Amino acid sequence: MKVFRIIGRSFRDAFKSIGRNFSLSFASIMCTTITLILVAVAIICAANIENVTKKVEDELNIVVYLKKGVTEEQIGNIKSELNVEGNIEKFTFKSKDEWKIEMGDYSDTFGTVLNYLEENPLLDSFIVKVRDIKVLNETAEHIKKISGVDTVKYGEGMVETVIKAFDIVEKVVIVVVVALILVTAFLISNTIRLTIFSRRNEIEIMRLVGASNSFINLPFIIEGFVIGVIGSIIPICITIYGYVILFSQVGGDLFTKMIVLIEPYNFVFYVSLILLAIGSIVGMLGSLKAVRKYLKI
Amino acid sequence: MSLIELKNVNKTYKNGVTALADMSVEINKGEFVFVIGLTASGKSTFIKMLYREEKPTSGTVMVGGLNVGKIRNRKVYKLRRKIGIVFQDFKLLPKLNVYENVAFALECVGMKEKDIRPKVLDALERVGLKDKVRSFPNELSGGEQQRVCIARAIVNEPKLLICDEPTGNLDPETSKEIMNVIESINKDLKTTIIMATHDKDIVNRMKKRVLVIDHGVLTGDYAKGRYKAHESI
Repeated sequence: MKVFRIIGRSFRDAFKSIGRNFSLSFASIMCTTITLILVAVAIICAANIENVTKKVEDELNIVVYLKKGVTEEQIGNIKSELNVEGNIEKFTFKSKDEWKIEMGDYSDTFGTVLNYLEENPLLDSFIVKVRDIKVLNETAEHIKKISGVDTVKYGEGMVETVIKAFDIVEKVVIVVVVALILVTAFLISNTIRLTIFSRRNEIEIMRLVGASNSFINLPFIIEGFVIGVIGSIIPICITIYGYVILFSQVGGDLFTKMIVLIEPYNFVFYVSLILLAIGSIVGMLGSLKAVRKYLKI
Repeated sequence: MSLIELKNVNKTYKNGVTALADMSVEINKGEFVFVIGLTASGKSTFIKMLYREEKPTSGTVMVGGLNVGKIRNRKVYKLRRKIGIVFQDFKLLPKLNVYENVAFALECVGMKEKDIRPKVLDALERVGLKDKVRSFPNELSGGEQQRVCIARAIVNEPKLLICDEPTGNLDPETSKEIMNVIESINKDLKTTIIMATHDKDIVNRMKKRVLVIDHGVLTGDYAKGRYKAHESI
């Protein structure tokens, strides 16, 4: 019961304080809003980049063509060599006959031509899926050295460069988001510090008559929380409406078929939750930091 | 049994000033003790140490079984709930009326509104301010404000009442009234009282135990009525 009484009182004090220092609270709220909008954009970009990278990575295989006329034994050898190679997630054997059928399905001309030939001119192969795309090159080189391997094909150069670039972009985005969050925390902490300054006598007396620190903290923490929550309303609206509209405008693909946007539903709600969490937690931490100083009497 | 026990307490401030040097003293439950000394004698440091506004540099300060120097900042409230403090400058909240100022001390410890009311009215009656419950601090005289401060200090029924020059801002007549209130608290509620003061008339008239601090050293500990101040202190 005592806890509820204290929490109730804290909420009352928090709203009173926001109202009393409205211009300052408003500045903090706006600041949170702007930061969170940027954070939202950053999160959406990062998530989409991640999504595209994953898709590309999923589709990226190394095709290992075997020399003409390899024996079953040699194929077995290659298999065990591939098993030892660390960077391989899985691999499947695809015989030349399977290739022939697939190519026949792909184009009638091919099928007809291949059928005219007495011997299947295609090569047996392994389709290899790698674990880490960044060292794709080296893995391919390794595989090439296995005896019985004729050629190794993969999306040479281009794809890796794109993926590496995405990787860098993602890291930059994370750094920017963290920096923005710190700035917001600092600003909220400053605002609360000013509202606390006008109440420092009260805090001093509270300390002297035996109020516990959490009892003194609570109204200020709630104030920071409320500022954070109010500040995240507009960014959340922008995220939900903005992303849904963007998605429907571009029809899911951005510029090319390769860049596919994430489906908006549920995704926008997750982002909103993240924004709300960031706003409220940063608000609370900011005010906690500000009030700390006055609790040393 | 001693309520307060200081053992070889030293206090040196960060700027190198030694405020207290090797002070040892015991104060029992129910005692009324004056602490006198010139400005900057270490008297205030001694008082502040009792409610842990200051920590001793070395030595131990025990108040009501708590080692004051060892209490963590977050746990200080446990000590402060056992003691009441009366300040020279009253430290009342200007936006709250008399009742609210006193009730504030109980709200801070999370007491129920219906339990707060009788206690506050009791405390205000004891200090003789029952007819001014709705007044605000700026409508009161200095003596009345100090009574509010005393009421706030005793409303929690503390074992120890610390008075840091409570009459410092008051005229002699009002001081006398305030001292009567404080003495009645000592007599009726058996509250231990430690009072720092400059006022030699009060000390001479009340005939209580007196601790004299000079340059951070306890130079005298006079039993009841043995001390007679001649010059200004």
